[in-house]
Amino acid sequence: MVSGEQIDSPFTIHHMSVNIQIDSISKKYADVMALNNISLSIKSGELFGFIGPDGAGKTSLFRILTSLLLPTSGKASIGEFDVVKDYKKIRQNTGYMPGRFSLYLDLTVEENLDFYASIFNTTVKENYELIKDIYVQIEPFKKRRAGDLSGGMKQKLALSCALIHSPRLIILDEPTTGVDAVSRMEFWELLKKMQKMGMTIIVSTPYMDEAALCDRVALMQNGNLLAVDTPNNIVKSYKGSLFAVKAYNMHKLLDDLGSLGDTSQVFRFGETIHITSTINDDKVYMESVNKQLIDKGYKDISIHKVNPVIEDCFLSLMDKDVE
Amino acid sequence: MLNRAKIIEVENLVKKFGSFTANDNLTFDVYKGEIFGFLGANGAGKTSAIRILCGLSPPTSGKAIVAGYDVAKYPNKVKANIGYMSQKFSLYNDMTVKENFRFYGGIYGLSKKQIVDKTNYFLEKLEMEKTRNVVLSEIPLGWKQKLAFSVAIIHDPKVVFLDEPTGGVDPITRRQFWEMIYENADKGTTVFVTTHYMDEAEYCERVSIMSEGKIEALDTPANLKSTYGVNSMNDVFIKIARG
Repeated sequence: MVSGEQIDSPFTIHHMSVNIQIDSISKKYADVMALNNISLSIKSGELFGFIGPDGAGKTSLFRILTSLLLPTSGKASIGEFDVVKDYKKIRQNTGYMPGRFSLYLDLTVEENLDFYASIFNTTVKENYELIKDIYVQIEPFKKRRAGDLSGGMKQKLALSCALIHSPRLIILDEPTTGVDAVSRMEFWELLKKMQKMGMTIIVSTPYMDEAALCDRVALMQNGNLLAVDTPNNIVKSYKGSLFAVKAYNMHKLLDDLGSLGDTSQVFRFGETIHITSTINDDKVYMESVNKQLIDKGYKDISIHKVNPVIEDCFLSLMDKDVE
Repeated sequence: MLNRAKIIEVENLVKKFGSFTANDNLTFDVYKGEIFGFLGANGAGKTSAIRILCGLSPPTSGKAIVAGYDVAKYPNKVKANIGYMSQKFSLYNDMTVKENFRFYGGIYGLSKKQIVDKTNYFLEKLEMEKTRNVVLSEIPLGWKQKLAFSVAIIHDPKVVFLDEPTGGVDPITRRQFWEMIYENADKGTTVFVTTHYMDEAEYCERVSIMSEGKIEALDTPANLKSTYGVNSMNDVFIKIARG
């Protein structure tokens, strides 16, 4: 195992803290506000997630942090370096895995890695320890062209390439989009390992269930931050009691639950429908819902209280945002 | 199921690329008005199978009948009777909403009047009248995906193939999208859908899960969960895909 202190590369600044400070960053494209006055800070060593759908502004923010895009207004810094003024330092010390096009599809696995290493004036051999855990999984295919790899393997190669110059901070833009549930799980295990090695990790994802795997998350929508906190605290701050309802004929049930009283939110959630009560007495609420459904002729009704997950919170915050 | 018409019939379907077997002896049926989830890990052979079912690639051996036509013998008949949309490609970004409807309506051989009627129908239904003359690139992803689905069924196909239609879409729009799927399945359109969101697997009538070219499981979500003794489709998927 390599620990943060043992990583030795001319491009690692050992004492460098990578506290990240984002101050009132806005980005405007023509008349579209991609980022609307975003401020937040990320601590050195954190695994921080930006959670939100396409168009939330995640990519714009990441491109600003990696010095690839100028903000319209506001400031951001990584450690002591300003993302605009000190762009060279930022690039030397940051690993960036963009959502698309980070690999040359007509180069082999090995060639891609050598290419990225040489750009940063290092060699694969020099930093092999750092990527070993990930790279061994794709090494059997090192002579294969990147374009012929499966989605999961492409992600692993892209991650190896982003790590090859031994950065202290790595920024990953939707590394698990379009990747199946199993490969996603493996990818998150890798991120946890990298964090233990001393790296600061910023990652974005449209999959709400991945939020739980981060130390802290920012929920984003249309260029705005809806919430910034630990996944636990976000879930705790959910307003109202949440219930999962199930009955025969789920599709009709969704319509009928939509017209319930004392209910703020009705959403399909896998095999159940989540409804949120606006009254304090859970028992009274459950009995009332049950009675109304029986009156409508439903059979096999099941209703029980559940703990909200991040997606419930996101839906509730989105609803408020629309209002 | 027994009295429902079969819209897709697949029997001993094999697809090989050189020595690599992408689809290894697939046999399954999909019924009229069914929402059929087609799941599998990356590289399990989903894309190869969908391409065959859409008449884009001939099977190496075995048989597939889609919307009444043998995919190997009448690929163009198959294409005319199915709809297709994917996350990656669906509509033309440099054309307006109206132009996209006109273009796809034209490809599927609709008359001018039919195209106008359908365009009006969908725009009203989606409450997107205002976007009629907006260039597609300026429309948010969630709306685009709803438009793409509408365009994919503009010719009233017997079956529509949806390849990760909700990838990257916000959670509210994702649910609205599934409402559209239900509505059309209720009207009799068969929906063949792939997704990486395991909660969406629960919304399907039946789900098949592929691993290494084979269909490892095919049943209702409830039966799959009880067969594998787990509480969620995510756990079913992980059990199968991790072997």
